[in-house]
Amino acid sequence: MVETLIKFYQTGTFTVGNRLLREDQRAVQADMQRTNSLNSGHRACQGCGEALGARYAIDAAMRATGNRLIAVNATGCLEVFSTPYPESSWQVPWIHSLFGNAAAVASGVAAALRAQGRDDVRVIAQGGDGGTTDIGFGCLSGMFERNDDVLYICYDNEAYMNTGVQRSSATPPAARTATTPAVGASPGNVFGTGKNVPRIAMAHRIPYVATASVANLRDLERKVTAAMDIRGARYLHILVPCPLGWGSAPDDTIRIARLAVETGLFPLFEARHGEVTDRTPIRHRHPVEEYLKLQKRYAHLFGCPPDHGRIALLQAMADRNIAEYDLAEVAA
Amino acid sequence: MLKQIEGSKAVAEAIALCRPQVVCAYPITPQTHIVEGLGEMVKDGSLAGCEFINVESEFAAMSVAIGSSAAGVRTYTATSSQGLLFMAEAVYNAAGLGLPIVMTIGNRAIGAPINIWNDHSDSMSMRDAGWIQLYAETNQEALDLHIQAFRLAEELSCPVMVCMDGFILTHAYERVDVPDQAQVDAFVPPYVPRQVLDPADPVSIGALVGPEAFTEVRYLAHHKQLRALDTIPQLAAQFERQFGRASGGLIRTYRTEDAATIVVALGSLNGTVQEEVDEMRLAGKRIGSVSICSFRPFPLAAVREALKGAQRVVVLEKCLAVGLGGIVSDGVRKSLSGIALNGYTVIAGLGGRAITRESLRRLFHDADRDALEQVTFLDLNTDVVAAELDRERAARRTGPTAEAILRRLATGSPASTVHEGRPWLRR
Repeated sequence: MVETLIKFYQTGTFTVGNRLLREDQRAVQADMQRTNSLNSGHRACQGCGEALGARYAIDAAMRATGNRLIAVNATGCLEVFSTPYPESSWQVPWIHSLFGNAAAVASGVAAALRAQGRDDVRVIAQGGDGGTTDIGFGCLSGMFERNDDVLYICYDNEAYMNTGVQRSSATPPAARTATTPAVGASPGNVFGTGKNVPRIAMAHRIPYVATASVANLRDLERKVTAAMDIRGARYLHILVPCPLGWGSAPDDTIRIARLAVETGLFPLFEARHGEVTDRTPIRHRHPVEEYLKLQKRYAHLFGCPPDHGRIALLQAMADRNIAEYDLAEVAA
Repeated sequence: MLKQIEGSKAVAEAIALCRPQVVCAYPITPQTHIVEGLGEMVKDGSLAGCEFINVESEFAAMSVAIGSSAAGVRTYTATSSQGLLFMAEAVYNAAGLGLPIVMTIGNRAIGAPINIWNDHSDSMSMRDAGWIQLYAETNQEALDLHIQAFRLAEELSCPVMVCMDGFILTHAYERVDVPDQAQVDAFVPPYVPRQVLDPADPVSIGALVGPEAFTEVRYLAHHKQLRALDTIPQLAAQFERQFGRASGGLIRTYRTEDAATIVVALGSLNGTVQEEVDEMRLAGKRIGSVSICSFRPFPLAAVREALKGAQRVVVLEKCLAVGLGGIVSDGVRKSLSGIALNGYTVIAGLGGRAITRESLRRLFHDADRDALEQVTFLDLNTDVVAAELDRERAARRTGPTAEAILRRLATGSPASTVHEGRPWLRR
């Protein structure tokens, strides 16, 4: 898919430009004939970022593969809310095996397709951050290392939401979870911990790694499409706000996802064979407080008086990302 | 074609003749030679159309197998011991999803203490996972059971474990009759899956099932195994017709017709048992034996029929239900419901301890006089056990048990020698 950026001057954004494009250039989600791979009627919470991310990603992958796609799912919210017996929201062939093995099951599906000479059918594995960065990490690394023909998508909502919001290795510092409660001298998750799986994926020198946000639909669809154009192991890490776990308003999901990018806390980039090849500069930079204040998981930072020390540490993380990925937009 | 080859090599050749399309491999002694053999055949092109995947763990091996089987191809893997435990979650999952994967278990003890030698603790730990479990007596039977296993698994959509004693069979060079491709093709038709991941007909496999249907799903898994009680002997009979030799089936009896004492065992141990049965028969003792080939499904009716006329049954087990005694004994006793006879459990051969003819002779004579305990540990070194228990009573910080026992066996004393060569530890 060709991404055409059209600046809509009244609002200063690119995002409402869709209807100004030719039909074949519009977002997959703008297409009345889209597959709705994760169909309506599922049991996700209101404002669920993961449901949104999954539908965006799988619909785009379906278009990119001519609807010849098999999806493997780790245990987690996405699996539970999409397939309560005897119903299923999935319009694609879909298998769920276990919490920690989605990448390996997908490797098996890919191997079977290879053995059958079916190079037209492609494989996607998907899971939350717990199933990806923690319990499924061994299988994920194995799939990367063998360069199996699988696109793995991590829907990162930064904690174990399905079991009631416990800390994962993707939980950011200071965030309150059920196992990093906002009590004591240093409330919330500790600083200096956590795992950056996109960078670890890059260290495997796989053909394609990217991060994406549900706030930036066209960028997300473009990255899925780019990934499906490549053979071998690919990894897409999508930040998906969770109103339940983050303590945010359901109608703030997109806003929060956008602020995560625009503060610098969640950099958007692409990497090929271990090298960063593209990144999305931040046009309107926001201080981290704007992102943090919308989420009750950070409420302890904004007491009386506010915890300026920890807020500054979070701002420093954002600033470091901006420097590392060169996200400061140079004035035209 | 007759060949003098290693058991693992024989199994690898049998698997190749069954035309698997995905084989996933992770090394663990003593099954490793099997997947090495298959890897070589894939690499040199003699096993065409097969993907050989080197995975990063046994958990991944079974997970890859789940994916490839669900995508509609014949799938094989092998493991042992700790490897089987490491893949346990996926072992249950494969059965729950009804995927006809075939897996060899090169039977080996489970640690701690770490031990690479043979017993049945590994496969027994997965006895209720929903897999069919077949135990081979000889390398020829191991080879034959694998050919039957694919047929059985695919007819029932149920995974099958073929269990063969580690080292005793896997590493033994014996004469085996390796069938030709046409013979195996005539017995194992191409795989037609009941469920498959197919973009032309999308299905959801592995959905969340609540209390409203879970019991029914589990019952159907049980029902499938009950059907296997018919299918296993049918396949064994057909195998005998097509290949000209008897292999597999539910159980095999040996000189049980008029036996007062019947010994029950699984796997390669039966060879030794039968030799000793012959010896005892020469001495006028009415003794026979039963080899259980199918442990899951457990052939209650066949075992009952074989044992009902005996006065006593001795179950020889290469595994231990800690805190209870025997595992095989449970099934045997269940099969004898309402029949009064003396039942003995004998734990033998743990961690590769040799089960000698002499020990068996002593055991069978004791059984003949009903002089056995309910649970007996064959050749247990009671001196070592008593000394270790004394030591534990005398002091609190006794250190690691296994190390103390090894030290006592080597030096006659369990005294710690940590100060030797470590002067900095002296006070």
